[in-house]
Amino acid sequence: MNAAPTAARSGLLACEVCRLVSRAPPQGSDAHCPRCGAKLHARKPASLARTWAFLIAAMILYIPANVLPIMDTSSLFGSQRDTILSGVMFLWSSGSFVLAMLIFFASIMVPLAKMIALAILAGSVQMHSARHRRARTRLYRAIEFVGRWSMLDIYVVTILVALVQVSTFASIHAGPGAAAFGAVVVLTMFAATSFDPRLIWDTQGEAS
Amino acid sequence: MPSPTFVACLECDLLHRHTPLPHGGEARCTRCGARLYRCAPPDANERALAFALTACVLFVIANVYPIVGLEVQGMHNSATLIGAVESLWDDGARMVAALVFVTTILVPAVELIGLTWVLVALRQGARGRGAVPILHFIESVKPWGMVEVFLLGVLVSLVKLAHIATVEPGVALFSFGALMAFIAAAASAFDPDAAWTQLDATP
Ligand SMILES: [Zn+2]
Ligand SMILES: [Zn+2]
Repeated sequence: MNAAPTAARSGLLACEVCRLVSRAPPQGSDAHCPRCGAKLHARKPASLARTWAFLIAAMILYIPANVLPIMDTSSLFGSQRDTILSGVMFLWSSGSFVLAMLIFFASIMVPLAKMIALAILAGSVQMHSARHRRARTRLYRAIEFVGRWSMLDIYVVTILVALVQVSTFASIHAGPGAAAFGAVVVLTMFAATSFDPRLIWDTQGEAS
Repeated sequence: MPSPTFVACLECDLLHRHTPLPHGGEARCTRCGARLYRCAPPDANERALAFALTACVLFVIANVYPIVGLEVQGMHNSATLIGAVESLWDDGARMVAALVFVTTILVPAVELIGLTWVLVALRQGARGRGAVPILHFIESVKPWGMVEVFLLGVLVSLVKLAHIATVEPGVALFSFGALMAFIAAAASAFDPDAAWTQLDATP
């Protein structure tokens, strides 16, 4: 069977901004989209190396994000330092099951699942895997869609800090975990945009 | 040079021939299922402009008025979004404050103003000053606008605070809800293919 007709194999470049397909210039020269002027490349440059770099940095910061407190509450009844997990457990024990589950998923499960999924995607491309291509492409799409929701807890902390200030009955401050957690979200987003899903399909053209 | 008769899948690079679609139709990649292009109604960008203008007004309201108010033992406290960012900043959580500022104020503002600018320029049939780089720019910052996640965050904090104090949802909270809906409506009505084609045709 013939290799699937891709833009790259046909000597064409697709613009990632305006989608115009144009003829690739001779090797070595920089290509720019004739319509919108965006830089053209057959695949995102250094896609795997960049994905891994962002991903590993995110994995490292995931530890302080979960171990360090994201919020310090001090009130007349004493003070309390909450990590993401202890916040979830507090919500659970006080009967707010829906809220506890929501924050557990958005703050703990989503970043973890996103990092595992990106590692699987980058790893399988590196091993030239030809299996489950469609499923892997879908996984990539899901990552991009769901990843942003892990910002939830950052916004919760923002509102709580703003509303509960020193002068009132208690005070809430953002802890160092919040910065680490924000960094995890940002880094995983960079990792996801660095990954080029077209690499999944590049390994060969004849099978499947 | 350009071949508008071909369209390449951005997720698997498969080439497809550009075929006309029925109204409201959508072309998907035959290999990976990614969306390739759609046939938007001819007035799509007119509608997108109406949604974008409404969203601009809502954006101003959402940022001027308090999002939530809190009352404990006679003491009242309320916060606007920018006020919330400021208290985070003053509290020393500068990175977090910057992140919140970028994702809830800066990017949505840039996206809305940019989209409105481009749509007005297209409507006037002119290329408009900087329409191409603006369109390019708003496409690249789009993933960083997180109004809908912020809205859920506000709702969660309201429920959390309701245990210890009386919370009053502010005008801005409802504006944010509407803003989220109108940003989504403008984005889904917007027909980038028509915009690029028109920008290409007007030198
Ligand atoms: Zn282009
Ligand atoms: Zn495809």
